[in-house]
Amino acid sequence: MEISRHWRLKKQRYALIGEVCPHCEAKIFPPRDVCPECGDEAKTEFAFSGRGKVYSYTTVQNAPQGYADAAPYTVALVQLDEGPMVTAQLTDLGSQKVEIGMPVEMVTRRLRSEGDQERGMLVYSYKFRPAEFQRLAVAAD
Amino acid sequence: MSETHAKPRLLTPSRPVGIVGYGAYVPRYRLPAQEISRVWTGGMGGTPIQEKSVPGPDEDTATMSIEAARNALARAGDVDPAEIRAVWVGSESHPYAVKPTSTIVAEALGIVPYTQAGDWEFACKAGTEAMVAAMGFVGSGMADYALAIGMDTAQGRPGDALEYTAAAGGAAYLIGPAEEALAVIEGSLSYVTDTPDFWRRAYQKYPEHGQRFTGEPAYFKHITSAARAFFEVTGTGPQDYRFAVFHQPNTKFPTRVATSLGFSREQFETGLLVPRIGNTYSGAAIIGLSAILDVAEPGDRILMVSFGSGAGSDAFGLRVTERLPARRQRAPFTQEYIARRTEIDYATYARWRGKLVLK
Ligand SMILES: [Zn+2]
Repeated sequence: MEISRHWRLKKQRYALIGEVCPHCEAKIFPPRDVCPECGDEAKTEFAFSGRGKVYSYTTVQNAPQGYADAAPYTVALVQLDEGPMVTAQLTDLGSQKVEIGMPVEMVTRRLRSEGDQERGMLVYSYKFRPAEFQRLAVAAD
Repeated sequence: MSETHAKPRLLTPSRPVGIVGYGAYVPRYRLPAQEISRVWTGGMGGTPIQEKSVPGPDEDTATMSIEAARNALARAGDVDPAEIRAVWVGSESHPYAVKPTSTIVAEALGIVPYTQAGDWEFACKAGTEAMVAAMGFVGSGMADYALAIGMDTAQGRPGDALEYTAAAGGAAYLIGPAEEALAVIEGSLSYVTDTPDFWRRAYQKYPEHGQRFTGEPAYFKHITSAARAFFEVTGTGPQDYRFAVFHQPNTKFPTRVATSLGFSREQFETGLLVPRIGNTYSGAAIIGLSAILDVAEPGDRILMVSFGSGAGSDAFGLRVTERLPARRQRAPFTQEYIARRTEIDYATYARWRGKLVLK
């Protein structure tokens, strides 16, 4: 039964909530309560901006169980503006070609159905799409 | 007959309220009406709109509400999500039959746990029904902020007239005190009767509709009655509003109802989005309003009248404040969502929208 795991992870998955180290200011994702930079305890919540860049990517043709509906899809290693690297699906690509360094932004999307396609619990999570509204990204910097 | 002695009365809370944040969302995919016509009628005959928006395979009313609500909060000054005391999502396409969309949205926005959360249903006016409730919630002083959303991923039976227009999109409104508002709500008035113009029974995927019965006794009667009563109780007329926006199931209905109420094209064209995104059901009137708020100037008055089958209309009068022009820059404009566009064909649409039988 995976439901309890999905429930525990919902905050980081829905809204990219991680942690910030109170000692060295390092931003941490996923949250792990210990700073990977200085090794001290880090439990302060931090909401990431959701902006980042594609570090590397691959296209999945033969999807693992539960993801077949979405195939083919692209998975990327995204470097968040605040530093950490996250693995996530890219979405809303349309006919756009993915490139290393491409600016992306976080969106909360349906990831899959847990178990039965029509009866299972819906799992939502962060994905990234090509950065859409440059006007706003510039204003936020 | 109760109609003969009932007098229209304005709903207006003792504590003045307004829209302190708003945000739209439209998925990026478009299905041209001509493409639907190609599949079902060999491309013959007219089409009720140009094209409709289609949600991506990983989108639903919850994910779309989350993005619209993030836009609404971005425009809301520095409101702490924990101060929002209600998250109400109006839709007829909630992802679950039982399990609220609103708790998913509240969780994603950081509004949990000390909040009301609920899903509203009244065909295409579920979103404005939630807005009226939010006015009361804030207007009573019980809460400072309440979030009302109207969002849909509407479905029409393949080949049915509704398939041309059933679209996806909507908007979120953070209702709060008038002194913080981007637009003050001067009042609302609703007009409701039991009218069987459109329905969907439990466990059915596609709705039924009363064919031509959907026009005169339903859409036109309710919108016109709500608007005329609103004019009467507020002592206003079409000349007092710079903008007007109505529920828009196709291009023809809102154009006709606006004209018959005395509005000129200049007043209603800004909020008339249906030709380019389709009928977004619970989102239709309020995403038209978001397009208006994207361009309106301080002092402008706006009339909005929604319509939900079954049937009823909510009329609202709004007045734009001097806060709007700066604050609206903080989130994507409705027209920016409409301009980003990836065209898809009917086969892609059929796969994404679950119209293929796989077992
Ligand atoms: Zn540290």
